[in-house]
Amino acid sequence: MKTIFEKSHPGRSTSYFPEPSAAEAPIASLLPGSALRAKPPSLPEISELGIVRHFTELSHRMFSIDGNFYPLGSCTMKYNPKVNEKIAVLPGFAKVHPLQPAVSIQGILEVMWSLERMLAEISGMDAVTLQPAAGAQGELTALLVAAAYFRDRGERRTKVLIPDSAHGTNPATATLAGCRTVSVKSNKRGGVDLEDLKAKLSARTAALMITNPSTLGLFEEEIKAVADLVHQAGAFIYMDGANMNAIQGRARPGDFGIDVMHFNLHKTFSTPHGGGGPGSGPVACKKFLEPYLPLPRLRREGDVFSFDGAHPKSIGKVKSFWGNVGMHVRAYTYIRYHGPEGIRRNAEHAVLNANYLLSKLKKHFKVAYDRTCMHEFVLDGTPLFKKTGVRTLDVAKRLLDYNFHPPTIYFPLIVHEALMIEPTETEGRETLDAFAEALIQIAEEAKTDPKKVQTAPHTMPVRRLNEVKAAKEPNVRWCTPCDPPPPPRIDEGESGGTAPPV
Amino acid sequence: MDYIQNTPQDTAAMLKSIGAGSIDELFSPIPADLRLKRPLDLPPALSEQELFAHLQSLAVRNRTFDAGRCFLGAGAYNHFIPAVVDALFSRGEFLSAYTPYQAEASQGTLQHIFEFQSMMCELTGMDVATASHYDGATALQEAVAMSIDHTERKKVVISSGVNPQYRSVVRSLFKQLGATIVEVAHVRGVTPVGTLKEAAEGAACIVVQNPNFLGGVEDLSGMAQAAHAVGALAVASVNPMSLALLKPPGECGCDIAVGEAQPLGIEMGFGGPWCGFIAARKEHIRGLPGRIVGETVDLDGKRGFVLTLQAREQHIRREKASSNICTNQALMALRATIYLETLGPGGLRRVAETSVRRTHELSAKLAQVEGVYIAYKAPYFHEVVIELPHPPQTLERLLEKGFLGGLYLQPYYRDLRDHVLMCCTERNTSADIDAFVQGVREAIK
Repeated sequence: MKTIFEKSHPGRSTSYFPEPSAAEAPIASLLPGSALRAKPPSLPEISELGIVRHFTELSHRMFSIDGNFYPLGSCTMKYNPKVNEKIAVLPGFAKVHPLQPAVSIQGILEVMWSLERMLAEISGMDAVTLQPAAGAQGELTALLVAAAYFRDRGERRTKVLIPDSAHGTNPATATLAGCRTVSVKSNKRGGVDLEDLKAKLSARTAALMITNPSTLGLFEEEIKAVADLVHQAGAFIYMDGANMNAIQGRARPGDFGIDVMHFNLHKTFSTPHGGGGPGSGPVACKKFLEPYLPLPRLRREGDVFSFDGAHPKSIGKVKSFWGNVGMHVRAYTYIRYHGPEGIRRNAEHAVLNANYLLSKLKKHFKVAYDRTCMHEFVLDGTPLFKKTGVRTLDVAKRLLDYNFHPPTIYFPLIVHEALMIEPTETEGRETLDAFAEALIQIAEEAKTDPKKVQTAPHTMPVRRLNEVKAAKEPNVRWCTPCDPPPPPRIDEGESGGTAPPV
Repeated sequence: MDYIQNTPQDTAAMLKSIGAGSIDELFSPIPADLRLKRPLDLPPALSEQELFAHLQSLAVRNRTFDAGRCFLGAGAYNHFIPAVVDALFSRGEFLSAYTPYQAEASQGTLQHIFEFQSMMCELTGMDVATASHYDGATALQEAVAMSIDHTERKKVVISSGVNPQYRSVVRSLFKQLGATIVEVAHVRGVTPVGTLKEAAEGAACIVVQNPNFLGGVEDLSGMAQAAHAVGALAVASVNPMSLALLKPPGECGCDIAVGEAQPLGIEMGFGGPWCGFIAARKEHIRGLPGRIVGETVDLDGKRGFVLTLQAREQHIRREKASSNICTNQALMALRATIYLETLGPGGLRRVAETSVRRTHELSAKLAQVEGVYIAYKAPYFHEVVIELPHPPQTLERLLEKGFLGGLYLQPYYRDLRDHVLMCCTERNTSADIDAFVQGVREAIK
């Protein structure tokens, strides 16, 4: 498919604005010549229909929840309700300036205040900030809060403990916050190894960053003991809330010893993933950390809502304005639709679907930790690889030919050839059955026709792509303006069968 | 209420396949004393019909000013958005996809990001750009981190003409990391290059915003020279719309350009989600944070796109990554991409020119009002600082008349006691401006 730049046709454009009158001041009389650009930016010139066709064609060249089962482990790719989108674009939410006076935005402040309270209840925490733009930024916010808390107490704690099954964002965040990371081993059941934890805790430990349920899809059975050990060392325990979908309404981090955590609204509360963002990563904490949360805080007095910037211990701002408010509106809508019963049922059916899929697959694949899983589970493709030479990557690519988005692969790092499968609660049994059959069939193909699997996909717009070339000779922008134009190609056949020149 | 498909019969059959007696049994890995034994204390479920009515009742409690009566900018801009942007943006394929890790099944996402990167490079005059960031403020924070890594210095020189919110976000992180942040005060609406030079010794970077927060047009070339004279990087925070007219930071000698793509077809939306961007010179490509899309070929030699240079990123390098960023703002970058491609060079230029002209028309008309002055003589783009009596009361009265009148600057700049920052875009017509000026005249009486 052509890029938009190859479709550009000088002089072809649609007009969206009134014509300026002849009496308008020339720009050169308003701005100094030295500040102006010499030549206009080389942007494409396309008709509106051309734009519509271009993006419609792009939309046909991708998988999505709306089109495909998308069991991407740890990403919670559940159905994104259409009503959320309809509500988010109401003018009262979409067309509001972020610096309008509080009296003119009471509705939106009420949504945000209520969402804070609802997230506090779901997590068993005391205070919430909605400001962080994504999970990783929530992690950073929490570590900055921790640092401010310890600085306030005159303690120097700069080590962050992280289990070896953790998301890459955890260690990257700790480094960004100026801390040193220390890895903690997993035990044979996939939980935190308590002996290793004990050995690594010290008077320099600021926090343990834990994911519960873990990235293996397992509930940390000894979470209480873990939390006690961390607290005895004077550190606190941070929870990556990526997997809240499994436990909402059934257990609360605040009740099992967590001091501070983040939510991923785009996972648990189904705000759209959008091809890689925007996320939204609110942070919830216990009372003693509240004074350090980002500015401003939301305040309610009677029925009046306002922002409150008078918190001298706060870490300051972590993002412009008030966070990804459009996502707050969607998450609020989602929680209000579900109510307490619906939220709990989401967790129950997420766990049911995962265990059902596991029950169908465990006769055919090695399961990394064969326990009752929560919302996801991890298969180990090592035996298949040893027997057939077909790797997890090949299985994933072959799934595309069956019209399924593959699971997360090669993560968590502690499982070789990992396939991490999270079906979510919104999928029906037939879909799970069809997916299981596809995986089983691919395992069969791996034995009978390994080449077919190793060269998959065969039905996508492109075949496997050369990632080495992409990294070695990085070309990250369209370049006609900087290079001579490429020779015309008449064999591309994408413009509706171009006739050869007469 | 929920979106679950399993019927009681499905559930029973699935439990049987699992070998569990009940759903409760599946939660047995959670120790009994840690399970929640009561329903969550949340408001009761609403049907979609009730839900919509409830949210609509909240939405109407927010006043909107989108018909040319908004004269407030200050980092959020009220531009016209063609219908085609919303129509294409709201396709479920775009909304409900995730990160293009499986490139063969994500060419749509990868290509639109590649087009976004290309246009960000074109606008900023840079060689490389990333797939987008949370917002302009965090993009700046990342650029400062890049500069600190690149120079191995821990001092940051930043103009007070940089959006106060951006400066605050930069401070939150680098205070913790023990960096020194030197603020250079604007003088009559612009940053004096001489003062930047004096402050630059030992700095990792100099940061200037153009047009600056007060609307003023800065000397980016002078700033870049000041930075390079001491081996620091020159970082420009820019409004991409303005680059239809203004000299791109790349041409001015800057090393990194960052900014906020909200003016490019993204709704103000009470401040987010928006779309930060980072563009830089080629030599910084391996220091860039976050996702980057690159062109390559498939097994048959056919062009395709992939996420590239991932060895910089957290999921590969963990504690040694160039940033902790995981997501980008792909969906918002898509909006900016559709907007730019729809408007083309002529449309974008029209938006920029009209915004500049209307702002100058506004200030000229306001200057005719007794007691109202244009604060600074320096050239300004589409925002201007106006001095008028009793700003808070005046703005309140304007609000009563249905105008969002501008930003009172004193909370952000202590000495600007009588100063209001005002903005026009192409949506403010001459008639809107006349009505507003009349409103100001009455409000200050």
